[in-house]
Formats: sequence, structure tokens, C-alpha cells
Amino acid sequence: MSDARFTVLDTIRRQLAADPDIKPELAESPEAAYARIPRDYQRAAALDHEEILELFYDRLRDYDSELIFTDEAGIPAAIAQAMRDAGETLLLVPTGVPQSWLPTQGLGILRDEQLTTSALEQPRCVLTGCTVCVAMSGTIVLEHGAEQGRRAATLLPDHHLCIIRRDQVVETLAEALGRLTHLTAPITTIAGPSATSDIEMTRIRGVHGPRRLTAIIL
Amino acid sequence: MSVRVGHTAEKSAFPILAHEILKDQQTRRNVRHATDVIRAKRALRVEEMPDWQELRTAAHAIKTHTLLHLPHYLQQFEKNCIAAGGQVHWARDADEANAIAIRLIQAAAKKQGTSIAEVIKVKTMTSDEIGMNSALEKNNITPWETDLADMIVQMGNDEPSHIVVPALHKNRHQVRELFLEHMKLTELGTEAEDLTQAARHYLRKKFLEVGIGISGANFAIAETGSICVVESEGNGRMCVTMPQTLISLVGIEKVIPKFQDLEVFLQLLPRSATGERMNPYNSIWTGVEPGDGPQEFHVILLDNGRTRMMANVRERETLNCIRCGACLNVCPVYRETGGHAYGSIYSGPIGAILSPQLNGMQHSRSLPYASSLCGACYEVCPVKINIPETLIHLRGKVVEQDQNSITGMFSQEGMGMKMAAHLFEHPRQYEAAQRLARTGQGLFEKDGKLVNLPGMAAGWTQFRDLRALPQQTFREWWKQNKRNKA
Repeated sequence: MSDARFTVLDTIRRQLAADPDIKPELAESPEAAYARIPRDYQRAAALDHEEILELFYDRLRDYDSELIFTDEAGIPAAIAQAMRDAGETLLLVPTGVPQSWLPTQGLGILRDEQLTTSALEQPRCVLTGCTVCVAMSGTIVLEHGAEQGRRAATLLPDHHLCIIRRDQVVETLAEALGRLTHLTAPITTIAGPSATSDIEMTRIRGVHGPRRLTAIIL
Repeated sequence: MSVRVGHTAEKSAFPILAHEILKDQQTRRNVRHATDVIRAKRALRVEEMPDWQELRTAAHAIKTHTLLHLPHYLQQFEKNCIAAGGQVHWARDADEANAIAIRLIQAAAKKQGTSIAEVIKVKTMTSDEIGMNSALEKNNITPWETDLADMIVQMGNDEPSHIVVPALHKNRHQVRELFLEHMKLTELGTEAEDLTQAARHYLRKKFLEVGIGISGANFAIAETGSICVVESEGNGRMCVTMPQTLISLVGIEKVIPKFQDLEVFLQLLPRSATGERMNPYNSIWTGVEPGDGPQEFHVILLDNGRTRMMANVRERETLNCIRCGACLNVCPVYRETGGHAYGSIYSGPIGAILSPQLNGMQHSRSLPYASSLCGACYEVCPVKINIPETLIHLRGKVVEQDQNSITGMFSQEGMGMKMAAHLFEHPRQYEAAQRLARTGQGLFEKDGKLVNLPGMAAGWTQFRDLRALPQQTFREWWKQNKRNKA
């Protein structure tokens, strides 16, 4: 163990011990003390599911996202339409995306089989699924892997097409985090296109991340 | 121990720096505009949250709890990060952290077979705190700041003037000049949109080619050993995803107990910082993920003055800060002077309490006085740091330090206070002093007010009205009239 590690931890302990006001708290186990933290903020949903969905669509539109409503069988047609609207012909697809989602003709499909960075740079559109969405803030959460791809796949292409099932949409962030099952996987949350307000506080869409998002809602 | 906080050791006191800046009308206009915009956006997004106060209370409780059990949570974080393939390093101060970073970068560059060592950086105030860029440059490592505002600051050889939007003191015309020069462009529009697109184009190649990334951390999660980086532009995602090697510099106070605690902080932070319901991107990662992102990951846990703030509740509470910058935007002092007057990369109300404490009250000692104690900062603070109380506490420490030093003991203020204490204890001498002052004040009296007083009293009369002493005190009047009546 390094000297620095010992010094830092030891100093913290000695400093805390020097404060007579916190003696009872220090004697307690961290778990017992943690359990007493007041959590009176909203954690559960307050709206019914239809209202939650409306709220989510509103938030997505607020971010200038495009929305396409369809069902499981309509996914290929929805993708074909989104690509046509964008004037694009090559679609990057993580290996975990089911074949049944993809249009069978008129579109070049590039499977991300450990593509090099320069190969990832070629397609301007990427298709993925997601893990859960937060209606209150219009946030899409990716746990990556499988049909959600590795992180670079949803970062380099300029246009992200995301398949969202209605039952993946929850009202609060607390509910969404509670639904994650693989906490140590890389996790990315996305709320609207990349943006900056660094110059004169003027909000500009599209800096380094994708500039367009199409949500395909099932 | 050599704690360093940016360039605070070399900077003049706040009043001196502020005087200079107040003459710069352009900077003042820029700061005023930027803070007005963020304040309005924040207010809108906070008003729509009926449970805002409950969120603040929870955040304060989580942070307070974590600090009381910090050794436990730091070790838990370390254990889980290592188990996930990360490597954890500890640094007592700025020099130690920089030395670790340089060693790791040089080793990674060698392994990657690159002749010129370069790193891409995502906005981290902590790296400015320890002066990382100049330390890297001295060792022939080129740091590329990739946050738009940080890049503007770096190109201008400037210093950040705000915690969240470090270049808010520059307007787009000033930014355009910098870009034309540093990006070697011949043509460039003047709109924010043009400038942003130029930055995208300029940095793209760096993101794809540079093999080493440096980040800070908004949160380090003990339960999972994960790091969370909050951002808007996508440069953060680039820096933590594309390089083969990633180094995260993390202040020891950034640790939170559980993953689920993010449900509190990821609601408070974006609304407080930029007035958004949620910032465009959060990246959370744990150690190394095979086939996705950097395959070598290091965390540097940094003390640099933090541990010496832990023996007292007022000082410890400063470490609750999540660097949202809301207190800067509402501060009537910051809004006039901007950040550079504070002489520290941590400016505004939080800077006024954080900078001197990190420095062990050796530098930035004028900052606790750079406040009107109006309390607006406390009201907006998402983690409920009682900044006004802390400012007063620190003023007390400054005075105490002065009283115990030789120069302080014989300073005008020290002597004056001692004389006042003596007079207050001796009524006859006090009355004599009053009579003397009444005679002497004629020289400085104008329309019943004292102007241009000499010595340290000048500091008061320069900006404020001080009424002259009345010709008769109440006690004198009482003595006279009581006798008359009797």
C-alpha cells in the first residue's frame, strides 16, 4: 500500500475524530446511518401510463427529435422511412439487433463486428434498442452490449435511430435507475442531441455527439 | 505537502483584482449577460419541480453522511474499481497527482508506440486546480482541451472565469479571433453556430487518433466502483470512449455511496448548472469493459487540501459541492466582477470558501470578505451548503491568524482593535477620546459626513457615507438635562 493512501485515509480519520459533535455518528455502521437518509422526493410514478407516454413524447419533441409510431411488425418499414427522410442509405447495426428489425432491401446494412474506428466513421446512421426511458426529462438510457451496441457505435454516426417499446418508458429517474440490471456495464444516458451554450449562452445543437435522433416507438 | 490551487499563491487580493476588472466594460457586459441567461433558465426548471426542497435535503444528507464515513466509502470504491479492471492511485497533493499522471501517460504512449505524447481532456476543474496542463507541457505532453469553453480558455492562454461555463467572459467576436489564429483558418463566420461547427471539425481528428484520455468525475460510486461524467457536447463521451487508455482525476469528496443515489444528484445538477431537465449526456463506466472503450483505466484519488477541511462541520460542508455554479450566477459580487477577480479557478461564493480552505488559509485570504452576505448562494445551492455562515466562520479564522502573527499584532487594524478594546473598558478615557475625535473630525467633515479619512479608515469612506460624530453624546445630554430638571 502506498504512503499516500495511508496518509489520506489516516488524516481523514484523525480529522473526523477531532470533531466532538459527530462522535455518535462515527460510532454507527455506515449501513445503519445510510438507511436514515431522508428521501421524501418523488421516486414513484404519479401519472398513469398513457400520461407518462404523452409526457415523454413531448419532451422528445422539445429536443427536436423525430418520432415514428409503429408496432413490432412495422419496424423495418419505419427504419426504411426514417432513412429515406434523412437521405441516407448505409445503416450501422450492432451485432445484437435482430434480423427481423431490418428492411430486407434498399438499404446497406453494416454490422459492427469489431469494426475499426475509421470503418465506424463511414455510416452516418446507427440503429439500436435501449434499456429504459425517463419521461420527466426525456432521457434514453443505454446499458450497451447486444442490440444497444458498444459506446462508440452510438457516438460517431451523426443520426441515431432508437427503438423504444412503450413499456420501457417510466416517469421518474428513480424508477429508471431501479430498472437497470447490469450496473457495472458501461451506461450512457441521452437527452436530446449534443449541445453547447458556451458561446454567449446561445444554445447550439450538435457539437461532437450525434445531431439527430429518431425515436421509433412500439 | 505542497497543496496548490491554480495560481492562487501568486495572485493579488480580491479588491485589487476587482478594481482592474471593473474598468473593463466588455467583460462586465459579457458576464452580466451570461449570468442573466443561466439564472432565468435555472429558475424555470427549478420552479417546475414540486419536490425540489426534498431533493436538496436528501442531497445534503447523502453528502454529509458520505463525508463522515469517507474512509469506508473510498476503500469500497477502490476495491470495486480494481475488481472491474481499473487501477487506483492516491495523491496527497497537486505535485503527486501530476507526477502519477505523467508517469501513466508516458508509459501508455510508449506502449501505443506514439512518438509524440498527446492527451485529449474533458472538462475537469480539478485538473485546473492542480495545474495539470502546465505540468504535462513541461514533460513534452500536449494536452488538448475538448470542451468548447475550455478550448477557448486554453487557446487564449487564459484562466477559467466560471465553474461551468469557463469562457463566459469572452463574446463570440473574441472567440472568433482566437479560432482564426489557432485553427489556422482564413474564413470563419461570426455566429455561435459557425464557431461551434469549427470546433467540431477541428477536434474530430483528435478524438479518433489520440490514444490517451483524461477526465475528471462528477461522481464516483462506492457500491459499484463506477465513475460518472456529466456533459453536453459529446466531447466527454469521446474522451472516455475512444482512447485506449483513460485516466480519471477524482477529488476524494466526489464519492457517493450507492448507484441509486444518482437519482438525486442527476436531477439537481443539470437544473442548477445549465437550467436543463437533463444534460444531453451522462457517461457511467466501471473499470474496463472488454470490446468497448479504453482497455486500460486509471483513477487518481486526490486530496490536495481536502482532508484538512474535515475536522469542523462548517469546513467539512464545503466538500458537499457538486460544482454546479448556481451560486456564481446569483451572486451580486460575482455578477459585477466575474471570476478572474477571485484569483482562483474556483470563483464566486463557493470559490470564496473553497479556495482559502484548500490553501490552508495561506492564500486567497481576502476571498471570505468578497461577499455582501446576502444569502442568495445558500438559497440556490442544490446541496444546501450554508455559504454565508461559512464565510463568517472563515473571516473569524483570518482574524485569529492575524492576531497570532507578529505583523498582524502591530498592523493598523490590530493596534486599532486593541485600542478600541481598551477604551471600551475605561469609560473616562472613552469619553476623552470622543471629545478628541469631535475636535479632530472637522478636518474631514463635509455636509455632516466624514470624507477622505486617512489610513485604513480610507477604505471605508472611499465607498460609503460615514456620519460625523454629533456635537453632543446622549450621555452628555442626559447629564445636562437631568440636572436642569432637578
